[in-house]
Amino acid sequence: MSDLRDLYQELILEHSKAPRNYRQSPAWNRKAEGFNPLCGDRFTVYLTVDGDSIRDVSFQGSGCAISKASASMMTQSVKGKSVAEAERLFESFHRLVTGVGHSNGDAQLGKLTAFSGVSEFPARVKCATLAWHTLQAALEGKQEATTE
Amino acid sequence: MSMGTKTVSGPGLDLARVRADFPILQRSIHGKPLVYLDNAATSQKPRAVIETISRYYEETNSNVHRGVHYLSEQATSDYEAVRKTAQQFLNAADSKEIIFVRGTTEGINLVAQSYGRPRLKAGDEILITQMEHHSNIVPWQILCEERGATLRAAPMNDAGELDLDRFSRLLNSKTRLVAITHVSNALGTINPIRRIVEMADGWNVPVLVDGAQAVPHMPVDVQALGCDFYTFSGHKLYGPTGIGVLYGKSALLDKMPPYQGGGDMIMSVTLEKTVYNRLPYKFEAGTPDIAGVIGLGAALRYVTSLGIENVGAHETAVLGYATSAVSAIPRLRVIGTAKEKAGVLSFTLENVHPHDIGTILDQEGIAIRTGHHCSQPVMQYFGVEATARASFALYNTKEEVDRLVRAIEKVQEVFR
Repeated sequence: MSDLRDLYQELILEHSKAPRNYRQSPAWNRKAEGFNPLCGDRFTVYLTVDGDSIRDVSFQGSGCAISKASASMMTQSVKGKSVAEAERLFESFHRLVTGVGHSNGDAQLGKLTAFSGVSEFPARVKCATLAWHTLQAALEGKQEATTE
Repeated sequence: MSMGTKTVSGPGLDLARVRADFPILQRSIHGKPLVYLDNAATSQKPRAVIETISRYYEETNSNVHRGVHYLSEQATSDYEAVRKTAQQFLNAADSKEIIFVRGTTEGINLVAQSYGRPRLKAGDEILITQMEHHSNIVPWQILCEERGATLRAAPMNDAGELDLDRFSRLLNSKTRLVAITHVSNALGTINPIRRIVEMADGWNVPVLVDGAQAVPHMPVDVQALGCDFYTFSGHKLYGPTGIGVLYGKSALLDKMPPYQGGGDMIMSVTLEKTVYNRLPYKFEAGTPDIAGVIGLGAALRYVTSLGIENVGAHETAVLGYATSAVSAIPRLRVIGTAKEKAGVLSFTLENVHPHDIGTILDQEGIAIRTGHHCSQPVMQYFGVEATARASFALYNTKEEVDRLVRAIEKVQEVFR
């Protein structure tokens, strides 16, 4: 059970049950839909981008506990950040969940380190990164992201 | 490995012995003995199949239908012997009605392209059901779109049973083909194929049966069923991947153009004109999966030696045991509660996504499938995105079901 507790940490379970920013931002100006065709997880990420700054970020959709908690915590971590900061955060997060290890230039992951256990479950990496891929697609002005 | 060694259920099926036939069942996963409950995706292979394939490559490897040398004659004779075995397995009238294909998917595509494409006109209809696997939907969508025809799907009820009344009302003078699964891969529902064929006969409509999930669990007699096409995959029946069978009535197959062109399917070729080979070779272009066919033969012989009735009786007992065991778990919903079922137990847990169920069960050494099972219309009907699916084979035991139940309870502990 110890491995399982590494994956399903309390913080992750709590976010999956009560996701934050689970709504459509009223003044969104960019959005993208993320889809994992393998398991059917599907999220829409809404962004309110003002110049270089992410003023608001929210999401809606459905998926497993890992993907939903990741989407919830992603919205908390990138809100108020610059586009470049959000992209750096995704890079660091990606290294965390794929177990590549930290690099000196890593952004401060803060609570996102709760996802470190994902690296022991390769099949679940796509769950943890789906919302982030969707965020990236929205920032780049693409309509869709898939994990394939 | 002591689990299940005392259990004997189903007349004549010695579980300890059959489990010993499958080397992979000795494995541990995450430190726990493997409980393999993903048989509807693919079954495990008995030593008889593995060794037959090795022996073919070590002793007989050669191309078929070509050489006059010893090995080629031996390979050809072994290969063609499997056609006879498959004919007997399905009780087909003639071995030339057995076409070797890559699997059920290719069998359906062959019929769509070779039977359907030349006949289908704008306004015609093909009738399927709401419980089909994507492989018995998409080939017909492609064909209907190309020919301006319409694809109709007969609905099911809340138990996951086909609504026969609505099915019969969807048959009409425009219907050109019925394509239906014998057993639903997502729900386990057994469809009454004989009755379906009788209804279709009333409109003179041929019937193709997707038998992928049926042949591992029950005797299939294509002449008694009266269907025109029947197709299945070897790998769900303890055989290798990449090989399957399409049965077709010779009266229909004879009139169908080849599916693919190439070697082996010709009688004579000039640069101006080709005369096609006779059945079944007309449909087997190119060097076939010889090792796959020979391995499939070993799988058919293995199942036949145990008795498919014995296998089915044992699996029905295990499925019944599992169904009542999981039904006692709070907040668990069984998806697919047809009266006649085979092999499959699909379920959801309140507030837990099937993917999370799958990961936690895996930590317990239990392999199940989670997701939409390539049957998204079924998921849509039941209003779920995915299910967890335990599917049973001849080597599964009630003790394994007990471990499944304990593991599901563990899932609920994690998500409490």
